Amino acid sequence: MSKVLLEVNELSTKYVTRFHEDVYAVDRVSLKVEEGKSLGIAGESGCGKSTLALSMMGYYFSPLHYISGDIYLDGNNITKMDPDVIRRKILGTEISYIPQAAMNALNPTQKVLNFIQDVIWAHNPKAPKEEIFNLAKERFTLLGLPESVLYKYPVELSGGMKQRTVIAVSVILGPKVLIADEPSSALDVTSQKMVIKMLVDLMQSGFIKGMVFITHELPLLYNVVDDIMVMYAGQIVEKGTADEVVLDPLHPYSRGLMGSVIVPEEGMREQQLVAIPGAPPNLKDPPSGCRFAARCKYAIPQCTKMNTIEMQELGNGRAYRCIFSEEELRKAYKNG
Amino acid sequence: MDNGSGSCLKCVDLTKVYGMGRTKTLAVDHVSLEIHNKEIVSIVGESGSGKTTLAKLLLGLTEPTEGEIYFLGNERDISTHKKRLEYWKDIQAIFQDPYSSFNIFRKIDDVLLDCINMRDGKNISREEKVHMMSEACRFVNMKFEELTNKYPFELSGGQMQRLMIARVFLLKPKILIADEPTSMIDACSRATILDMLLKLNAEEGTTLIFITHDIGLAYYLSQTVYIMKKGRIVESGTAEEVILHPKEAYTKRLISDVPKIREEWDLSTVVYSTE
Repeated sequence: MSKVLLEVNELSTKYVTRFHEDVYAVDRVSLKVEEGKSLGIAGESGCGKSTLALSMMGYYFSPLHYISGDIYLDGNNITKMDPDVIRRKILGTEISYIPQAAMNALNPTQKVLNFIQDVIWAHNPKAPKEEIFNLAKERFTLLGLPESVLYKYPVELSGGMKQRTVIAVSVILGPKVLIADEPSSALDVTSQKMVIKMLVDLMQSGFIKGMVFITHELPLLYNVVDDIMVMYAGQIVEKGTADEVVLDPLHPYSRGLMGSVIVPEEGMREQQLVAIPGAPPNLKDPPSGCRFAARCKYAIPQCTKMNTIEMQELGNGRAYRCIFSEEELRKAYKNG
Repeated sequence: MDNGSGSCLKCVDLTKVYGMGRTKTLAVDHVSLEIHNKEIVSIVGESGSGKTTLAKLLLGLTEPTEGEIYFLGNERDISTHKKRLEYWKDIQAIFQDPYSSFNIFRKIDDVLLDCINMRDGKNISREEKVHMMSEACRFVNMKFEELTNKYPFELSGGQMQRLMIARVFLLKPKILIADEPTSMIDACSRATILDMLLKLNAEEGTTLIFITHDIGLAYYLSQTVYIMKKGRIVESGTAEEVILHPKEAYTKRLISDVPKIREEWDLSTVVYSTE
């Protein structure tokens, strides 16, 4: 077994609203990113994907608060570290994050090169300008970005180019783990493919050792990552390899997600799109038992009677959160 | 010009030029297309291919530099404000960003009430109006009772987009132009919205014009597909023809860029653009 780069153990975090209400966005999530592997997180809007990404970095700022759990980065427990140390020594250099609206992550009043300077100076205030320039130039050429981008303002760049610039900047300090939160959701298919190619290249060339990729687009996730976790209402409901989760989903929710996938393949037109009825529960007061029960067509009264439903391990990292056994679920799906 | 019986919207050599001199941009370049009654049409293209400009031209939000638009067989006349309002009773749009589609200072029932008032609302009693509004909300699987006295920002993106469809249901236009209606919404609510738009077409007979960059979506929904590149229509035909058996190299590339599940997605062919 290869080395575990990032390990999250039973991590729970919450948001505290202005009215001092707690919103439990991430509930006892455990995950592992091994060296050379990428992990995908899927789920609908508001299920806690992005919050999980933020929580994983160990740096909490209001309204996000830490409740319990541990994060091990390369064997070191970062949850016990001083936030200031995390910001200076971990973020950017050990673990890096590409935000969802990466287009707005660049400073509109600065040229890209000056922006990179600021990023590097935040971690190493004594870095000479010359060195920064050489590093930036080298990285940009390596990642297929023209050098001229360095001298431009963000407004002069197209959406796809901005996104790729942000990726180049976020890996400039050589992080081991990269967290990409919907890096391509605002782009058209061609730019999306360029962004994905860049991320895959970064992984293959060993620039980054591990990746966490977050998106709601299952076909994209399927093509990019090795393992997939499906998240619902702050909990992991299913995990397994990409093939297992996409082609043979076990949890009724993962199955529902697959029902709304649209791909330009033969036979798609004859297929009926099936949306999952209802809306996700309010995380201020999560329901007891299975959180998906209210929207699940296979639900029985017992689903909500238990306090919590534990993950059922099937071996080889495959697990799902449902009270039914694998055989029962398969039988139910067969009968429709 | 005779436009035949089923023609709903037709444009001939439609051209739009933005700017002048050095910054002159040809956004839409001699586009001719004909959309029939009750048809579902998709216009597919990359960012910057001119598809939104085309939608704006068809909606009458910008004036074409060149070319004519025929609506129901006659040349479209939106020279005065009154005529323009008359035209907009028959053609409506849903835009990409549901959050900016609503007036944030107005309550939802006001928004829906406006739609009824736009279509001879003077002769309708208050009870009848409420009934119509609740019917529209039922059409999009929402409860009118839960929406009254709420402001748009209290709803989620998917709910707002559904409310936009409820507005269209009340206005009963002949044509609905949907400009990337689902690109800001997650995959799960996307299925709900697409189903509602299809229902609108089946039950109300609304002609649907989809503007999208999502080829899978175009294939799933539409009967006719137009592929746009740099302001020009490079390929058109039925969805099966264009998407399963594309002829143009550009269309082929566009389709190969979409991540698929049963077919392989080849990343090795990607060429980084320098723009």
